[in-house]
Amino acid sequence: MSLTNEQVHRIAHLARIELAPGEDERIRDQLNGIFGLIEQMQAVDTAGVEPMSHAVDLSQRLREDRVSESDLRGRFQAIAPDVEAGLYLVPKVIE
Amino acid sequence: MALVDNWEVVIGLETHAQLATKSKIFSGASTAFGAAPNTQACAVDIALPGVLPVLNGKAVECAIRFGLAVGALIAPRSIFARKNYFYPDLPKAYQISQYELPVVQGGSLTIRVGQGEDLSEKTVRLTRAHLEEDAGKSLHEDFHGKTGIDLNRAGTPLLEIVTEPDMRSSDEAVAYARALHALVRWIDICDGNMQEGSFRCDANVSVRRRGESKLGTRREIKNLNSFRFMQQAIDFEVRWQIERIEDGGTIEQATVLFDPDSGETRAMRSKEDAHDYRYFPDPDLLPLDIAPAWIERVKGEMPELPGAMKARFERDYGLSAYDATTLTGSLEIARYFEAMLAAAGRTAAKTCANWVMGDLAARLNREDKDISESPVSAAQLGGLIARIADGTISNSIARKVFDALWNGEGESADQIIEAEGLKQISDSGAIEKIIDEVLAANARSVEEFRAGKEKAFNALVGQAMKATKGKANPQQVGELLRKKLGA
Repeated sequence: MSLTNEQVHRIAHLARIELAPGEDERIRDQLNGIFGLIEQMQAVDTAGVEPMSHAVDLSQRLREDRVSESDLRGRFQAIAPDVEAGLYLVPKVIE
Repeated sequence: MALVDNWEVVIGLETHAQLATKSKIFSGASTAFGAAPNTQACAVDIALPGVLPVLNGKAVECAIRFGLAVGALIAPRSIFARKNYFYPDLPKAYQISQYELPVVQGGSLTIRVGQGEDLSEKTVRLTRAHLEEDAGKSLHEDFHGKTGIDLNRAGTPLLEIVTEPDMRSSDEAVAYARALHALVRWIDICDGNMQEGSFRCDANVSVRRRGESKLGTRREIKNLNSFRFMQQAIDFEVRWQIERIEDGGTIEQATVLFDPDSGETRAMRSKEDAHDYRYFPDPDLLPLDIAPAWIERVKGEMPELPGAMKARFERDYGLSAYDATTLTGSLEIARYFEAMLAAAGRTAAKTCANWVMGDLAARLNREDKDISESPVSAAQLGGLIARIADGTISNSIARKVFDALWNGEGESADQIIEAEGLKQISDSGAIEKIIDEVLAANARSVEEFRAGKEKAFNALVGQAMKATKGKANPQQVGELLRKKLGA
């Protein structure tokens, strides 16, 4: 499998990564190199091996349902670019 | 709707039920509704660098309860995944959800559609239910041309419940939504508050010509937060899709919003720029393992489910399917009814049912009260029914006693009956004496009756009942009166 330049641009757009002019060629080659590695791995016979979703073979630890966090809004908002009336302000979003 | 007759409507629903936990799904911040903006958004919720999510066990337990209630498979191992998209109320730029391996798989919910003779049951299959976190809230009022973000809701635990496309009308969709709403409250995993957004539905709607086996292209109506809006939105959407196809157009897959003011749906975004969420397993969270012992423990703590309770009401109390369905409409009603029976006796079940669904429901409705706020307790009402059942008072007197109990004029029906002297007169000697007086005072009615006017008889019964202040049994009065008149 190999990617086209168009696909590279689409992936970049989905990840909101801006590509400099001419950069798409280089990125495409790098990504295709990764696909080469994946192809190598896929050649390994994994019949009978249960797929893993995590590299660590443990299960999730659970937390007790208890409120343990206090209000730190003042400290968080001190480092936010723009706040008002307790809200974080961002460029206008219209759906 | 001749137009619609040639078409089949296909609906699937996705419901987000906010789980009744004190703290968030991946952090220890509070989930209480209505706090000042961002005062319940901790470092995990606002996605500061270096933070890690830790799963709330209660949220998982809620999912187990739901899975048991709908007869689903509770996955022994399920996986959390990242759903990637950019929006300012989603600080991590991904939502932690479940994708390939959800915690609840399959299951079904039985719904009832129609009324009386047309009442029918239908089973809606569930695809899955998965755990995920809610996003924050965007406030689009003008903040100098900017949008305000409140992240208090970010990280609130949700169970997203997805059906197969099994519903065939807006009535069925609403019946399903109502049944699900009742169930999540019944098993105490969600408060069901739709105004506060604790229970919201998305409806996937498509149409196809009758006989066609392939599904039509669907449009998804987002964020329906009332049953009435759901009905209106689906009905509008169905007509819109049919008209469009009949006019030679095609349906494009899209997300639409319902505008309650215009009663119309309109497209929000089309498939072309629809999100490609690029799900992948979240490396911050290990697989969720649920041991059989945990499921067994939860099973032991589950309340009797509405379906089982309904069957028991029919079997043990001889109630009709309709009565049993109504009385198991919510856990509060069912508990009230059973507490009433404990006071009134099981043989009075039908009378108890009639009072809960009739006089009590009407009065609660008129005063906009929930059954849990009823000024007349189940024990008080049961005590009243017991006095109807044993013939101490008539139904009409019972209504007076009910009013007195409602207004707090007495502790119990017995006390009010005693204090007000409302006991039914069943001694026929006493009633005969009253009838003699009535006959003497109403010679004209007696003549009219003898001349063949049945109406005059009813007038005499009325007079006699009035003379007893309603305390006699009208049937008994009628019988004695006929005897006296030699009729």
